[in-house]
Amino acid sequence: MTIETTTAGVLALIAIMALVTLVTRFGGVFAMSFVRISPRIESFINTMASSVLIAIVVPMAFSGDAGAVAALSVTAVTMLALRKPLPAIGAGIAAAGLVRYLF
Amino acid sequence: MSVASYAYQIQPHKVRQEFFRLFPISLFVVAFGAAFGLAATQQGLLPLEAMLMSTTVFAGASQFAATDMWGTEVSVLPLIAVVFAINSRHLLMGASLYPMLKDVAPLKRYGLLLLLTDANWAVSAQEYQNGRRNLEVILGGGLVLWLAWLVGTWLGVYFGGLLQDPKSLGLDMVLGCFLLAMALGGKKSPRVLVAWGVAALASLAAWKWLPPHTHVVAGALAGGLIGYFWLDQPQAAAQEGEQA
Repeated sequence: MTIETTTAGVLALIAIMALVTLVTRFGGVFAMSFVRISPRIESFINTMASSVLIAIVVPMAFSGDAGAVAALSVTAVTMLALRKPLPAIGAGIAAAGLVRYLF
Repeated sequence: MSVASYAYQIQPHKVRQEFFRLFPISLFVVAFGAAFGLAATQQGLLPLEAMLMSTTVFAGASQFAATDMWGTEVSVLPLIAVVFAINSRHLLMGASLYPMLKDVAPLKRYGLLLLLTDANWAVSAQEYQNGRRNLEVILGGGLVLWLAWLVGTWLGVYFGGLLQDPKSLGLDMVLGCFLLAMALGGKKSPRVLVAWGVAALASLAAWKWLPPHTHVVAGALAGGLIGYFWLDQPQAAAQEGEQA
């Protein structure tokens, strides 16, 4: 099934995208409202939460260039050393810019 | 049900505070939005169409992927599959906020979720790990990120990319660095570190061998399983007490 990108078609496509995205925003919370929160479930969702971040960032490092790797490693080291996000993010971005300028 | 049965009350002054707290990161979102606006018009979307998409979808990676599929006609099922796969992380992000969201009245709960996106969720989830309940950042932070995404798209469709080459300045890494800093600012027990290792391996395996865009969910669920089978000591004790 295809939709032509006429004005009405584009509006339909955007509506479909918005609806699908809305389902993802609402769906997890809606599903959880049927689950009894036991300590085990609580532990699952807490561990899952920080794993989401790792699962976004690690493939980003592996698929990225040297600049991406530099940005993420410098952010990690600075964050662990200073425990302040803003300097860590700033240093990471500067590292990416520097590595890309040099190589 | 009475209003009093929902324990979590959104504090307006905290919403304002969180709006300004995420203002710096939203400046970078403007740059991404401009990149999206430019890409969308290059793929043949009209300026108003691109802006309508940013307003209603508000999920950058999936919008870039969708415009890549744009032509004189668009296949609907592949579009749905790609948008769903990329945004399926929202399912897990929303679920992880449920312990807080269940204390908010349903209408407000789903209203907040309209603004759920990576950066404001990362702040809220990290604070929850550290024992603070902060849904105000979903609202206040979400608003500033959404506005930035709209302003960026608007600049992009009418004025093109703001910067000749945002990548050379490292700007493409802002969100990655932000999310990593949030992860590392959370609680780090041996259990969490093992979960991260498993999540990293699973996401890489999924990225290599599973269909595109499934790696975030695969990695996150694999990490979550560690939490399911390996409870923190106080939680383990509570679990036994419950079974007794």
